[in-house]
Amino acid sequence: MLQFVLIAGVVLIVIVLGFLFRINTLVTVVKGAEKHPETKSNKINGLLMFLFMVASLILLCWYSYARFDDYTMPVASEHGVVTDNLFWVTTAVTGFVFILTNILLFYFSFKYQYKENERAKFYPENNKLEIIWTVIPAIVLTVLVFTGWKAWTDITDAAPEDAEVIEIMGQQFAWSVRYPGKDGKLGKVDYRRIDATNNFGMDLSDRNAFDDFMAPRLYVPKGRPVELKIRARDVLHSVYAPHFRLKMDAVPGMPTRFWFTPTKTTEEMRQETNNPEFNYEIACAEICGRGHFSMRLLLVVEEPEVYDKWYAEQQSWLSQNPDYLSQIPVELEELAQISVENTKGNKETENKLN
Amino acid sequence: MATEHQLEGNGVSHDDHDHDHDHHQSFVSKYIFSTDHKTIAKQFLITGIFWAIIGGAMSIIFRLQLGFPNSNVGWLKPLLGQWITEEGKIDPEFYLALVTMHGTIMVFFVLTAGLSGTFSNFLIPLQVGARDMASGFMNMLSYWFFFLSSVIMMSSLFIQTGPASGSWVVYPPLSALPQAMKGSELGMTLWLVSMAIFIVSSLLGGINYITTVINLRTKGMTFSKLPLTIWAFFLTAVIGLLSFPVLFSAALLLVFDRSFGTSFYLSDIYIGGEALPNTGGSALLFQHLFWFLGHPEVYIVLLPALGITSEIIATNSRKPIFGYRAMVGSLFGISILSFVVWAHHMFVTGMNPFLGSIFMFLTLIIAVPSAVKVFNYITTLWKGNIVFTPGMLFSIGLVSLFISGGVTGIYLGNSAIDIQLHDTYFVVAHFHLVMGSASFFGMVAGVYHWFPKMFGRMMDEKLGYVHFWFTFVGVYLVFFPMHYIGIAGFPRRYYSFTNFDAFQSFTDLNMFVSVAAIITFGAQFIFLFNFFYSMFKGRRATLNPWKSNTLEWTTPINPGHGNWPGEIPAVYRWPYDYSKPGAEDDFIPQHIPFSATPESNLPHENELIAEEKEEEGIVVDETKES
Repeated sequence: MLQFVLIAGVVLIVIVLGFLFRINTLVTVVKGAEKHPETKSNKINGLLMFLFMVASLILLCWYSYARFDDYTMPVASEHGVVTDNLFWVTTAVTGFVFILTNILLFYFSFKYQYKENERAKFYPENNKLEIIWTVIPAIVLTVLVFTGWKAWTDITDAAPEDAEVIEIMGQQFAWSVRYPGKDGKLGKVDYRRIDATNNFGMDLSDRNAFDDFMAPRLYVPKGRPVELKIRARDVLHSVYAPHFRLKMDAVPGMPTRFWFTPTKTTEEMRQETNNPEFNYEIACAEICGRGHFSMRLLLVVEEPEVYDKWYAEQQSWLSQNPDYLSQIPVELEELAQISVENTKGNKETENKLN
Repeated sequence: MATEHQLEGNGVSHDDHDHDHDHHQSFVSKYIFSTDHKTIAKQFLITGIFWAIIGGAMSIIFRLQLGFPNSNVGWLKPLLGQWITEEGKIDPEFYLALVTMHGTIMVFFVLTAGLSGTFSNFLIPLQVGARDMASGFMNMLSYWFFFLSSVIMMSSLFIQTGPASGSWVVYPPLSALPQAMKGSELGMTLWLVSMAIFIVSSLLGGINYITTVINLRTKGMTFSKLPLTIWAFFLTAVIGLLSFPVLFSAALLLVFDRSFGTSFYLSDIYIGGEALPNTGGSALLFQHLFWFLGHPEVYIVLLPALGITSEIIATNSRKPIFGYRAMVGSLFGISILSFVVWAHHMFVTGMNPFLGSIFMFLTLIIAVPSAVKVFNYITTLWKGNIVFTPGMLFSIGLVSLFISGGVTGIYLGNSAIDIQLHDTYFVVAHFHLVMGSASFFGMVAGVYHWFPKMFGRMMDEKLGYVHFWFTFVGVYLVFFPMHYIGIAGFPRRYYSFTNFDAFQSFTDLNMFVSVAAIITFGAQFIFLFNFFYSMFKGRRATLNPWKSNTLEWTTPINPGHGNWPGEIPAVYRWPYDYSKPGAEDDFIPQHIPFSATPESNLPHENELIAEEKEEEGIVVDETKES
């Protein structure tokens, strides 16, 4: 019933509007069809141009000021400070141009609206002006490019030697994290070895894989460079840690990397944001299917001491999955056993952090 | 006798005796399988409008999800069936399908076919002074390939597994593996087939536009006297001709990967509980090929809009376009540079960072010619005598949107800043303003401006004003807030933001955007009504309603097949002699010789009078020889 009333209402409104339009048209015809550009409409449109400019400038300034804290995200990495600065420098430069050109556009539209006894100025070209406004933007852009280029090369440069190496792998629709263990080296992987337990497809003929361990979250130490080795096992994903200004695609068949230095622990950020529930998060930024919007991984930044302690206590994947010992080549079996024995003692203290 | 020869000298095969057949054309050959460029243009326009409604409606459905994530949309069930879940929610995969189809439809079917297809077809022969396109038959094929491609794309909306849903960029492996999502099954195959046919259509059209502009210009219409619209259409066609084949190859290799077991883009994949045999492929290869078209594509949709705007702004400011040569130069600059900036879409895809640096430099260079265009538009308005026709309003709107969307390109072209902003709503805001809305405004401006030439009647101006202000304010209210959402880090193509603590704010702003989008979309029906009503009942147009200089206004109000009943007028001057000092009227059309306007000629133009006479003499001599 309600639906019927709604539909009837809409139809009625459309009919009334239609009639109004028709009457208006007929009135115009009666008044005389010939229209002159200096009619009221032209003045109203000119005035609206001006009003639009004023209103939108006020709205822009008010909203940008009032909601500043909502749209700026606290930054927690070293390079993030640099790119944020670039962002604000660019905002200052382009904001100036944006406001100036828009004001000129709307103001000229308003000011030079049609007047019957006036004539436009015949002003077809001025090469000097053209050169000025080609050269000035070119110089400004060159400056912006060079600062951006410097930051970009620093960020994408090879990670420092002592960086913590951690692997993060995307799959539909979750992230998995692997640490290299005590030897600091990630074991080889082969996607053909992936199964329900061996999520990463670890190749156990590589001795570096024996002490690798997984974690349910991405733990990183504050103040130390961290190099993420990024891969995907099914479709494209993209590691996106907004607070760290970090984004890099995960590509099946082509490992990628991104290194950064966290500057604030999770705890520090909780205090800074006055939010005891605060957590760093990693999201997926490359469309990957149905669950794209739900690929969440917690990222935890710890003080280096706490991190080191946690790291030392972790049990290797192999010691938790002894079934896979059978995959190890004969000549490496003894080595694997030792590696497994070494980490067994950690069982009780495991996962004290969380 | 001399007259007839002269006609042939202009490369025109029709003559008067062709026109006698006009009246005997059947309905089918006149309105359906027509080879007349004007009819084909209208076919492109109507099809484009149809697609725009579909594409726009899709965006409204996903805006409902983004603005009102908790609302029950069960009332859409009669329309969308199984895509609405039991709980009355939009299915997450259908959400992605909507985003994908909205992008594909708007970029290709509306702003490429609808814009270039309509206005290149309609205006090139009329403004360069030609009877028709170089090949009317190819032109007809171009439309019907587009139609076929449209039918296939449309049909993919109705299949069980739904249309393609890997976003309009269709990156593999997602789009290559049917296991990865439902949309990568039959829907993706149909997408690829449809796009392949679309490319054929686009190439047939483009070859025609280029050939016509180069070969069929009327006497005196040198390149330096071409209206800026024609320059824009010409360069657009060149860009399309060079870049669309690359998309074709990308699509072809994807078809091979999907259906014939090759590994161009696939490598080391474990999905659905099994390891695939593909190795050695590169997912990045597809991205390079795609964006080699994809970025020029941005200019394919934008340049025609800029061309249309140049013409409308000059006409309605009653002033010459400022810096004609700089405008042409910047069109050239943009066209050439558009080919060497594609990888700025790929800064964080794992591409070599050094390559990223190179593309950052090239990308920021392209901002220079774009800026020059804006400054020239503004200077054209300066000290003008501006008449706010609906077309003019939309053109001014375009310039504003082009500025607002353009400046954010400087952020995104800077690879260091792009790390954070890539694939966030900031990008969505950027390209919807600079490419989507700006081009759309150019298209609408063109319809208002050339409607009298197309249908012999005027569109209602008042409705046009209402349409403009709703649309202009609406577009800003929809897309400007997205900058804030983007700076706050919200990623694109997210069905919902509830899973992340970081993206909990801005529910109010998202709701606001959705309401603004619905109102803006609703306002387009004012245009639709105006368009179809005026086609039959609008005020009758006069010969030259906007007092414009270009050649199309020298044709009869309803030009027949062949455009000019008699001889094609020769051209003597550039198309922007508005408000020339000394002249009686504030405009002097292109076909008026300098010898007829001694009162307003500039010194160097008086010298041209002698040449005008000489040239006429030469032509007669040539025909005598032949």
